[in-house]
Amino acid sequence: MEPMDTTLEILSDKASHRPAEAEFEPEILAFCCHYCAFAAADLAGVMRLSYPPNIKIIRIPCTGKLDVLYLLKAFEKGADGIIVAGCEEGSCHFQRGNLIAKKRVVYAKKLLQSIGIEDSRLEMFNLSSAMGGRFAQIASEMTEQIKRIGPSILRSNKL
Amino acid sequence: MIVAEQKPIAEIISIAFKHKSILVVGCGTCVTVCFAGGEKEGKTLSSLLRMKAQMEQKLLEIEELTVERQCDHEFIEKIVPLAGKVEAILSLACGAGAQLIAEKFPDKIVYPGLNTTFLGITEKQGIWKERCLGCGTCLLDKTGGICPIARCAKNLLNGPCGGSQEGKCEVNPETDCAWQLIYERLKKLGQSECLEEIIPVKDWSTSRDGGPRKVIRDDLTL
Repeated sequence: MEPMDTTLEILSDKASHRPAEAEFEPEILAFCCHYCAFAAADLAGVMRLSYPPNIKIIRIPCTGKLDVLYLLKAFEKGADGIIVAGCEEGSCHFQRGNLIAKKRVVYAKKLLQSIGIEDSRLEMFNLSSAMGGRFAQIASEMTEQIKRIGPSILRSNKL
Repeated sequence: MIVAEQKPIAEIISIAFKHKSILVVGCGTCVTVCFAGGEKEGKTLSSLLRMKAQMEQKLLEIEELTVERQCDHEFIEKIVPLAGKVEAILSLACGAGAQLIAEKFPDKIVYPGLNTTFLGITEKQGIWKERCLGCGTCLLDKTGGICPIARCAKNLLNGPCGGSQEGKCEVNPETDCAWQLIYERLKKLGQSECLEEIIPVKDWSTSRDGGPRKVIRDDLTL
C-alpha cells in the first residue's frame, strides 16, 4: 500500500492547489499491469503519441493485485476517475489475474453506486503490450468521459 | 465456522449518521474467513462511510480496529482506549461478538454491522453452505456424516419425504435432498442397514427449545 499512498498524497496535493475557476481537468489514476498496459503506455511514448496529461499511471505487477480498497482510497483522496488496465482476456501473465480484477471492478462499482458515486468514474480495459495507440485512445476517451461527468464531489466537499 | 453477511450499506449509513463519531470493530476469526467483517471489510466499510459523510458534508469521525475475536473478553480489552473516544460502536462480528461488546461497554450504543447467517463450510472461495444447526445432540453417526437436521428443510429424522425428486429438495430444486445424500453415502460405505433403524423423536430441549444454552467445564473454570 505504501507506494500507492504516496502517489495518492501527491494527487491530493495537486488537486487542492488547482484554481477553482480553471477549466475542469480531471485527475485520473490508471492502475496498469506491468506486462501489458504499462508496456503499452511506454510504447505510446516511444511512438510519440500524445494523450491527456490527466492520466497518472500506477504500475502493478498484475491487475490481479488490485484490491477494492485501492480503488476506494483513490476516490476518497479525490481522484475523479480510475482506469484499471490489464491484459486481454486469456492472455494474463498469471493466467487469470485480469479475470479476478474484472470481478473486483464490478464489485467496486456496486460499492460506489451504493453511496451515490457515479460508477462510470471507474472502468476496466484490456489491451496487449503492443497496443500503444489503444492506450492513448483509452486515456483520451476516459478523460473525456470524466470531463462529462464533472469533478468528484469528494474533492469539492472536503471538510 | 459462523457465516455472516454485511448489512446493506444504506442501513449501515443510516445507523452511523445518527452519531458524530463511531468505532468500526472488525473480528479476526469466522467473519474474516467468510469475508464479511474482517480487517479488510472494516477498512472498506469505513472508507465508504467517510466518503458518504464527506459527500453530505456531515462530520463523522471514524475509528477502525480489528480484534482477534469479539466473543472473548481478553481480545475485546483492546477496544477500551478507542471506545472511550466515540459515541457508538459498529460491530462487524456475529451476533455473539456484538453482544459481548455491548456487555463490555454498557454506556455505549452498539450496532451490528452484519447479519449472522449460519454455521457452515466454505464450499469453494466465495460460496458458503449451511451444515450445522447446533441442535445439541449430534446424530451424524447414524446418517453417514450428513446432517438431516441442518440440510433437510423439514429436519426429518427418518426421510426422505415425498417431495424429494431426482435427488433434489422440493423446497429449492438447487438444494440436494439430504436424505438422498445419506442413502447414497451409507450404501457406498456398506452401511445401508443403518437406514432400517428408526431414529426416535428428537429431544429438542438440547436445542433452542430449551432456552439459551450454557456449557460449564469445572476442570477449566478458574
